Amino acid sequence: MERMNDEGRADRLETELRESFLRGREGDAAAYHWLLKVLATHLRGYFRRRLSGLPDEVEDLVQEALLAIHNQRHTYDAGQPLTAWVHAIAKYKLIDRLRRRATRERLTDSLDLVSEHAAELFSTADAEAAEASRDLHKLLDQLPERQRLPIVRTKLEGLSVAEAAQVTGMSESAIKVGVHRGLKALAALIRGET
Amino acid sequence: MKTEDLITLLATGVEPVERHAVARRYAVALGFGVIGAAALMVKLLGVRPDLAEAARLPMFWVKLVFVASLAWASLAVTARLARPGVRLAWVPAALLAPVLAIWGLGGLALADADPLERSGLIYGATWASCPWLIAMLSAPILIAAFWAMRGLAPTRPGLAGSASGLLAGSVGALVYCLHCPELGAPFLGTWYLIGMLIPAGLGGLLGARLLRW
Repeated sequence: MERMNDEGRADRLETELRESFLRGREGDAAAYHWLLKVLATHLRGYFRRRLSGLPDEVEDLVQEALLAIHNQRHTYDAGQPLTAWVHAIAKYKLIDRLRRRATRERLTDSLDLVSEHAAELFSTADAEAAEASRDLHKLLDQLPERQRLPIVRTKLEGLSVAEAAQVTGMSESAIKVGVHRGLKALAALIRGET
Repeated sequence: MKTEDLITLLATGVEPVERHAVARRYAVALGFGVIGAAALMVKLLGVRPDLAEAARLPMFWVKLVFVASLAWASLAVTARLARPGVRLAWVPAALLAPVLAIWGLGGLALADADPLERSGLIYGATWASCPWLIAMLSAPILIAAFWAMRGLAPTRPGLAGSASGLLAGSVGALVYCLHCPELGAPFLGTWYLIGMLIPAGLGGLLGARLLRW
């Protein structure tokens, strides 16, 4: 009986998430905002359970996964369960991060390993766990102007594409391309590719 | 950065996504790839002069169907690997069917042939160059297929690279059919297959590096 309830809840969640996602993909910002918020809570739980030793990385990974979900939203096939699609992205991002971390540690392993670990222990601050280590504005500053300006105007200041084009003197398609490429570049920056 | 801020950033002014993005990407990639491969074929190899006569032989069409069904199956596998959370299920088995069919035909042809003619059926006249020429013609398609995949989200980059390579190899072989004089099933089941597996192997190696996102 309990199992049936669980399944019913999962089905309802799938239906709600999928509808909001599809509406968001059509350009419904409110539905999309709600969806990303709900996904963020699930992602946080998922990563926290799997990264109990690395609490500071949880929020970084949540943000990386959200950006990936946004940047790859064209790869969702309406015929597949949305939860399966999100789970596959979350799992991929988790494994990718752990693999990169392992490579990095192999490269930096040295004699001062002990002091490094000690430093690591005391740098862990739970109060900061809700905030990722990277500052959005600093990341944006690293983008070229043709990507930064469209993101700032349309996504931070909330201008429409047409208004942003007028303010910046760029064409409307340049604004759209700039946002698209800029968010991809942002994802790469968060992932640690510079 | 607060996650809430990122969510607001992503949702604000969110643009509608173009429909059928994956299909469009592959249509564009294969279009450019085939043009590139055909240009290489015409420039460097030339269309076989007796193409019209060859097209009257049933084996010419068997060969085309063999290569085209491999191309279709590898496109299906590649497109699935491009989407997170889509199972491959039975689709890779569709790759096996044309191979088993051509091996079956090849076995029959060899069994029928005079023992002295068997090696001729396998090696044909062009065995030494065939795999390399197929691999060469597949190069522009491989580049295009990687471009397509880099705009998508493969959660198994190595496998996605191999599938892209096999797609490039089979479409390259399809173009090569317009030049190639060989029609024997034992030849096709050996050297064509090797020619298609070269870009598949290369794609697997490159995919593990280039297709991560």
